[in-house]
Amino acid sequence: MAVTLRVNGKEQSVETEPDTPLLYVLRDDLALNGAKYGCGLGQCGACTVLVDDKPVLSCLTPLMLLEGRSITTVEGLGTVGKPGPMQQAFIEEQAAQCGYCIPGMMMRAEALVRRNPDAGDTEIRDALEANLCRCGTHSRILKAVARARDLKRGGGA
Amino acid sequence: MSIIQDAVKTAVRFVPDRWLPGASPDPLREKHGLLGAPISRVDGPLKVAGQARFAAEVPMEGLAYATLVHSTIARGHITSLDTSKAEAAPGVVLVMTHENAPRMNAPAMFMSRPDAVGASDLPVMQNRDIHWNGEPVALVLAETQEQADHAATLVKVEYESATAVTDFQAAKLAAHHPQSILGEPPLFEIGDAEKELNEAHHRVDLVFRTPRHNHNAIELHGATVRWDGDELTVHDATQMLNGTAGTLAEIFGINPDQVHVSSPYVGGGFGGKALWNHQILAAAASRLSGRPVRIVLSRESVFRIVGGRTTTEQRVALGAERNGSLRALIHTGTVAMTEHNNCPEQFTFPARHLYASKSFRLEQSVADMDMMANTFMRAPGESVGTFALECALDELAEQMELDPIELRRRIEPEKDPTSNNPFSSRYLLQCFEQGGERFGWNRRDPKPGARREGEWLVGLGCATGTYPYHRMPGGSARIRIEADGSAVVSTAVHEMGMGTATVQAQAAAARLGLPLEKVRFDYGDTSLPKGVLAGGSTQTASISAAVIAANDELVKELIRLAGNDSPLAGLGADKLEARDEGLASVDEPGRHETYASILARAGRDHLEVEAAAPPPLEMMKYSMHSTAAQFAEVRVNSVTGEVRVCRMLGSFDCGRILNAKTATSQFRGGMIMGIGLALTEETLFDPRSGRIMNPSLAEYHVPVHMDVPEIEVMWTDIPDPHAPLGARGIGEIGITGVAAAIANAVYNATGRRVRDLPITLDKLL
Ligand code: FES
Ligand code: FES
Repeated sequence: MAVTLRVNGKEQSVETEPDTPLLYVLRDDLALNGAKYGCGLGQCGACTVLVDDKPVLSCLTPLMLLEGRSITTVEGLGTVGKPGPMQQAFIEEQAAQCGYCIPGMMMRAEALVRRNPDAGDTEIRDALEANLCRCGTHSRILKAVARARDLKRGGGA
Repeated sequence: MSIIQDAVKTAVRFVPDRWLPGASPDPLREKHGLLGAPISRVDGPLKVAGQARFAAEVPMEGLAYATLVHSTIARGHITSLDTSKAEAAPGVVLVMTHENAPRMNAPAMFMSRPDAVGASDLPVMQNRDIHWNGEPVALVLAETQEQADHAATLVKVEYESATAVTDFQAAKLAAHHPQSILGEPPLFEIGDAEKELNEAHHRVDLVFRTPRHNHNAIELHGATVRWDGDELTVHDATQMLNGTAGTLAEIFGINPDQVHVSSPYVGGGFGGKALWNHQILAAAASRLSGRPVRIVLSRESVFRIVGGRTTTEQRVALGAERNGSLRALIHTGTVAMTEHNNCPEQFTFPARHLYASKSFRLEQSVADMDMMANTFMRAPGESVGTFALECALDELAEQMELDPIELRRRIEPEKDPTSNNPFSSRYLLQCFEQGGERFGWNRRDPKPGARREGEWLVGLGCATGTYPYHRMPGGSARIRIEADGSAVVSTAVHEMGMGTATVQAQAAAARLGLPLEKVRFDYGDTSLPKGVLAGGSTQTASISAAVIAANDELVKELIRLAGNDSPLAGLGADKLEARDEGLASVDEPGRHETYASILARAGRDHLEVEAAAPPPLEMMKYSMHSTAAQFAEVRVNSVTGEVRVCRMLGSFDCGRILNAKTATSQFRGGMIMGIGLALTEETLFDPRSGRIMNPSLAEYHVPVHMDVPEIEVMWTDIPDPHAPLGARGIGEIGITGVAAAIANAVYNATGRRVRDLPITLDKLL
């Protein structure tokens, strides 16, 4: 089955089984390795990406549901040389240790601040509950999201 | 322990410091500026952009994807294998079983030789025998991961079971002393501790239990492998590059330099990212199929073929005089292990070094079970050993009506209580004093259950954390100075998020007198000079010792190249220091020449030196340990029994802290894993089938955002005169003492002592 999606603003046509998870398509077919594979079962959040501004677990999202939808991965937030505000905030707060959970954290946070630019600390913590970090960088992650929220509001930090 | 090792230890004790290679104080240990500065991680921008390339993400032409099939019995053998359906499934390239797998040597077990890192010495898929429930019996290779996953379900295996030992309680009946506990004797005694205990004025005699744990790094174990003739390339997620290369070489009967292992980024290790069956099987399948292979274990497969921390049953008995001094310190017990590995979870080690006592009895046994070989996990031994020892001390303090910190003051030893060696540097009491003050320890009511806020009972607890300094022998480093005076320092070591890459660049810049921008640190690949493994908080010291050795060579070479026309002419290495991008006279600051100028005059476009670290004799002469005071405040719901940690503080004495940012993360990360150890983490092992029953992140509960409270960390920053850079390592100590501090706080809140982990609510109702 061929599915056409818009990934980070670019039209992509993918030929695959209809129930192939989006995560596999991103990583194996589109060479977008930003979304991470931590369980494949919806238990860790490492694979979180945005589908039309909503956070989804790409390991559980079959491609057939995505015809014509718009996908944003961490690669769509900015680049190494030109990081977006969410990435900038994560660098400044030094939130990445091993870095494996970080793209998923950033995507879920991105969805939150897009939806609610005034999200408070409790809402941030609540929103990120689905995403696991084993390095124990939780407090830096929460701070980074708050900083990103401020950066996006233009208030600086 | 061998007689030779003993003799060396004794001899080293009498050798003056200045004769010990590598044991003369590192001048850098007192230097401030770059060293210790909160420099941001060098790899931060790559990681947040999704551009750090992990092992399972390395692109390769013509990849085939692998999935494992696991045995469903714990012991016995395969009676029949039917792979026809799987072979006929779409996309399948190959089904490999013991019937068609290439012949491979069994892995050499970890520590059996310097370069051996086999998790066990069992042959991998070479015969029909089954040794644990979950052992791989087949590997399916297909064009896509999904096709491999699907075909794996079609492999039919029949078994004949043999009687297996899968019940720890039963296995304990045949428990025995292992040959050694990481080089130490399994039984260590001073005086007659049982007799002293009986005659002591105050006594506690308690049993503690800790369950199995799994590392559960978020990155799953994965590798991308390829053969080019007899050359094997492995893109791995590993904390032991050279050991993996050496062990794989022997397994496949090739030379170590024919195996190339690369692992620049590792998505968390904690002891788990080692050489397991999957890399071996992927390489075998690649050889058999002629295709490059990617293997990524499912989370369940990780639980089945990657060992975790084993279960322990520990007795701690303490006898004290009226004045608080210890008359007897007994710490004994048993762990589950297999006949095929050597990882005895050294839980008695803290008791060897922490407190003074008139008599000691420290003894560890192992109970052989038919299970996945257990392994090292963050602070092996110390994490669970401190739980038992530090809870027992809390109980003793209560019985004596002494503040637990005051008790520790009274049993603080002047020298190492079991080796009699002097401490290289020890400020445990300072950690307690400064940490206690900051935490508000004096607000603790020693009477349990005294503080109530609505439904919640509130309590405070503390405990000692400890972890030894170790420096791994065998590491080398290379320093290359370019014509423009910039430097590249390289060695095959590991960065799993600890901050190695950043801290080593910082240290190298400080050592060479260069600004950070002019130094690059290369790591993560076996093409570089042989490195040390990342484990046991040893990497920083081990790398630094090699860099010091290489720097000594560099200075010698520079003096030679500088010749008589240099402002440095006539000065020996002992009269020179690195400063302002070059060398300068220690006594006459004006005499200085940059590296660039020395090289230019000598007509060289670069200068390269390489050297190996000297053997770690300082560990034999001194008792070298980091210590910590851990504090926790908990709230326990009086209706539901739910425990919430609401505040923690860790006060650490780890020698010099090299980067305040990355160190804070390491300490906090360890403490958070300690929350899991205390309250939620447990790998459930079915004693009937030997199968792990909760192989997923939904059923194995690692701490989540909601579980993580405000965590403060502080440190003494007192350099250890005998450690390179003055630093003793910080990766493990964060988790030690935490479970005890939390358990002691739970007691203070509720009056209930829970002595088996994790402290779940059912144990408090
Ligand atoms: S990989 Fe999707 S939730 Fe874990
Ligand atoms: S930074 Fe390693 S898992 Fe979160």
